[in-house]
Amino acid sequence: MKIYVCVKQVPDTETKVKVAEDGKSLDERDLTLILNPYCEFAVEEGLRIKEKLGGDVTLVTVGPDGAKAALRSGLAMGADSAIHLSADNARMADSFVIASLLAEQIKAGAPDLVLMGKKSVDTDMQAVPPMTAALLNLPIVTAVVEAEWNIDSAKLVREIEGGKERYEMAYPLIATIDKGLNEPRYASLKGIMQAKKKPIETKTVNLSGETLVIEKMSYPPVAQPGKIVGEGAAVAPELIRLLREEAKVIE
Amino acid sequence: MSQKILVFAEQRDGQFRKPALEICSAAAELAEKHEMSLSAVLIGEGVANIAPQLAEYGISEIWAGEGEGLNRYNLENYAAILQQAVKQLSPNTIIMAASAMGKELAPYLAAKLGVGLAADLTELIVTDGKISAKRPVFAGKAFVNVAFQTEMQLFSIRPNTFPAEKRPTSANVQKLSFVLPAEGARSQVKETLRQESKRPELTEAGIIVSGGRGMGGPEKYVVIEELADLLGAAVGASRAAVDAGWRPHSDQVGQTGKTVSPNLYIACGISGAIQHLAGMSSSKFIVAINKDPEAPIFKVADYGVVGDLFTVVPAMVTELKK
Repeated sequence: MKIYVCVKQVPDTETKVKVAEDGKSLDERDLTLILNPYCEFAVEEGLRIKEKLGGDVTLVTVGPDGAKAALRSGLAMGADSAIHLSADNARMADSFVIASLLAEQIKAGAPDLVLMGKKSVDTDMQAVPPMTAALLNLPIVTAVVEAEWNIDSAKLVREIEGGKERYEMAYPLIATIDKGLNEPRYASLKGIMQAKKKPIETKTVNLSGETLVIEKMSYPPVAQPGKIVGEGAAVAPELIRLLREEAKVIE
Repeated sequence: MSQKILVFAEQRDGQFRKPALEICSAAAELAEKHEMSLSAVLIGEGVANIAPQLAEYGISEIWAGEGEGLNRYNLENYAAILQQAVKQLSPNTIIMAASAMGKELAPYLAAKLGVGLAADLTELIVTDGKISAKRPVFAGKAFVNVAFQTEMQLFSIRPNTFPAEKRPTSANVQKLSFVLPAEGARSQVKETLRQESKRPELTEAGIIVSGGRGMGGPEKYVVIEELADLLGAAVGASRAAVDAGWRPHSDQVGQTGKTVSPNLYIACGISGAIQHLAGMSSSKFIVAINKDPEAPIFKVADYGVVGDLFTVVPAMVTELKK
């Protein structure tokens, strides 16, 4: 089984967001960058499939030079090799441009299975995987919460509002992984050492052909300081009254 | 060129979910205010029968894409039908809901059409007759205003962003003609499993009662469930509670869970870690109940109660039952 896992490096979810001086991008200084948590689920799933069915796991990312660190994290978990499509300013780049670059790479490598995280915790568009599938004319199931991978097909379940959808699909296919499908392994010291020697193929790419651009980045409106209604159970009647009469959010 | 809006109103099991009605209402308001033309497309078995419901929310021209087996969502079939609808109706704006279906379908369709997508937006902006959008990034820690580089533009709107307001008009339902692609067969949903829950879905709920580390254990959630059921609310959880195994992953609110924007969010025993705040701070009204008066959740709460949730929440239940 030839498996590609497309990953992204993102700011740690504990990080405070600062808008850069241009007013439309993220201030990347002093950021702690990590492998996107959902991408970790995808790498973990890829490794489990390899352990069950054999094959190899290749990571693919689009990002600046520093994004190699995210690839090393995935390699340390156990992926075999990585492809780095190197481009600065890829963080907030148009999903369509990123999907086009990934699609080209996937087409050239012709994997049986492409895994991605359900979303990246930075831009949170959830757009790249379906766009990639559309460009490659491949079937896709997003936000997979249960999976059974067999040699020629996969049984996948995804969550929908108030229920689940069950799929059965032949390869090649694309799937995006949701939290809860697996618990990603920690890289061992040996894994980290080995990762340093694993091959990363780097290609410089051009982020052109945008369909959507960011004109402005801003902070959310500052929350008006709320009021402490009081302490303990005795304030319940007053709280309920405020919700009914002042906020008018309950009946 | 005047704007022509096409809304995709999703149905499941022959019923519109709330986000479908919300986007119809929002699109109708937009069209009326800025003199844009408006139509909607439906996909499913016998959807012409439910089409008049959309007229209640302000859409008159409705195209019913009907066909056997189409009640069950199928990405490749649905995208192909919408592509053909776009070709026939030539809209320059397409709107759908950022639901489980829309999150998959909107980007897929955008790439097939080669048009830009503003996904999961929380604000529609009209400047000089052209529509653009504002959307949250970093789970709401910042927002971006986007501009399209393509003539046609696609939007998916976050559930609960716009109210589903009635704007009754007359329905003019027409059949949409289309052919299904051969590929459709390979991504057929084999089975749809409905989860028996009387509570609303987290991302669609008007009210959410959420419990965090302060709950202390899975069995304690009955306390907030009782409040939730009285309010017709969904039950959420923080990452701490989910990682402890007290609640399923599907209940998690936050940057690594669901981003929600209900009318009322009641945070019980949640300290307010930045990654949780990111997922719920766009709620229209926030109540925090926490023992620690220094908890960061009080900084975003409209109303705070310092106290033990296990006495405050039952007292709220008692008061509501009066």
